[in-house]
Amino acid sequence: MTLRIVVLAKQVPDPETPPSQFKIDESTNSVLPPNGVPPVVNGFDLNAVEAALQLRDAGADVEITVLSVGSEFVMDAMKKPLAMGADRLVLVDDEGLDRIDAAATVKVLAAAIEKDGPFDLILGGRQASDWDQAHVTLGLAEVLGLPLVSLVQKLELDGDSIALRRVIPDGYQVVSAPTPSVLTITNELGEPRYPNLRGIMQASRKKPEIFSLVDLGLSDSDLSPKLELKRLYVPESNRQVELIEGDDEADSGVKLALRLRKEKLI
Amino acid sequence: MTSILLVAEFDEQGDVTQGALQAITAAKSLSDAQVTAVVAGDASGSASSLAVDGVVTVSAIAAADNGIFEQVTADLAALVVSSSPDVVIFSKSDFGSVVGARLAFRLDAALAADCIEISGSGGSVSVTRPVYGGSALAEFEIASSPAVLTLRAGAFEPTGDTGSPSVESHDGEATVEQRALVSDTVAEAHESVRLEDADFVVSGGRGLGGPEPFSVLTDLANVLGGAVGASRAACDAGWIDHSHQVGLTGKTVSPDVYIAVAISGASQHMAGCSSSRAIVAINKDGDSNIFKEARFGVVGDWEKVLPSFLATVRDLKA
Repeated sequence: MTLRIVVLAKQVPDPETPPSQFKIDESTNSVLPPNGVPPVVNGFDLNAVEAALQLRDAGADVEITVLSVGSEFVMDAMKKPLAMGADRLVLVDDEGLDRIDAAATVKVLAAAIEKDGPFDLILGGRQASDWDQAHVTLGLAEVLGLPLVSLVQKLELDGDSIALRRVIPDGYQVVSAPTPSVLTITNELGEPRYPNLRGIMQASRKKPEIFSLVDLGLSDSDLSPKLELKRLYVPESNRQVELIEGDDEADSGVKLALRLRKEKLI
Repeated sequence: MTSILLVAEFDEQGDVTQGALQAITAAKSLSDAQVTAVVAGDASGSASSLAVDGVVTVSAIAAADNGIFEQVTADLAALVVSSSPDVVIFSKSDFGSVVGARLAFRLDAALAADCIEISGSGGSVSVTRPVYGGSALAEFEIASSPAVLTLRAGAFEPTGDTGSPSVESHDGEATVEQRALVSDTVAEAHESVRLEDADFVVSGGRGLGGPEPFSVLTDLANVLGGAVGASRAACDAGWIDHSHQVGLTGKTVSPDVYIAVAISGASQHMAGCSSSRAIVAINKDGDSNIFKEARFGVVGDWEKVLPSFLATVRDLKA
């Protein structure tokens, strides 16, 4: 029987955007899209796509659906999971959905999963690189009433359940999770694969399936935020570095050590 | 009055964690704070280590878990419902991140993670948290109760004042079904000095170019009595184990001296070390971000700078 996996994926500003290009419009409390740097799929979500593909590589019969909530999707970015090998792309695409908070995002995802499911596994990245909260996937498990394992670094099918390794501060836990379950995948899983040419060609022919809020039976009033964003700003750094210069680089190393000793730091 | 439920954690030796002591400082900054510290799990002896100023009550709940915090989430949710605090505070540990999020969504409460400042009172709590990997700060207001918060490690000074809280205990909730089961916990051998506790951290990044240079960094760390850290790029490349990763998705360290070797200083990395007393940078690119965060720096090739630095430190320490 086919194992249906849904991977949650978010479109985010490229975290590799150079700091000089990272700008905020303080009048709207939002990040200005950097010039010439297109958005990407959150890198941690690609770890989750990779985890699903590893189950397939290990011989499991899986169908991998990528699900995203947002607006102004950039298809070149959002099709990357398809190019890596995912089967379907489902977008909940409606005005303002790129600005809702985690609680509202969970509501939309739960409704989309209700409509497009049932799924045997729900995978998400450990957090998104824009708001860095790590709330959505954990919250979704609560709202759907499903078991949750966070920070999964390794997974394999074991009969009807999933055998997992979960990262903890000084080691790992060996965990067995039933299906359906919600898992967050961490970057310790390893680098996501690069799409190959065949994958890119296949992805280019696939069309995303698109839901609006109305399709999911939701309205704006369901999406009111729990937290009010009052201010978003780039903190000023007033640190002044003291550069140590010697006669050559080796001498700089010596002088650095002496300077730290003088400052009683070592 | 602001009633606060503060979920305290304990280390393997049974001592209250630095994170919990920091959380008490944070809690006391809310107006007219009434703090109840919750001890989850085996509470024996915990009351004495929570005898700190500001804690009015220590509340123990029994929560034996062999799942992923399922029982403790259920027990805490019941306690929050019965005591209706204005604010629930966790450290942003593994435990706090998972249980805080589950609790908030279970109770349909507002949730703010990784806070570095908090103020206000019940019904109107303001929090500041880093976003976009630390490139920006966001200030939020939470007007509903309870507000569930997790706090960044090192963002608040641990409290040192003593107090004399009263101790009460609650019966746990009915045992909940453990669905995802933990069958084994494997501790990976760590160095003699834990990264999180080290007074000196020597970290290497992508610019090292491979795994071998970490032996030089290890030599330096050993001479200083410190630990070795790394950027995520170096860990993901497989040059060093992920347990050494410092940063937003790795460990948070606050040593006296943080020596960053061939690390560019992306905000995601700095999120894990910015509370160090002094950051020392060695990087050949004088424009790299690390020099905006460092107190001392050398612009140069680490292969030339580090050996003489190590030799001099060794002489000074001899």
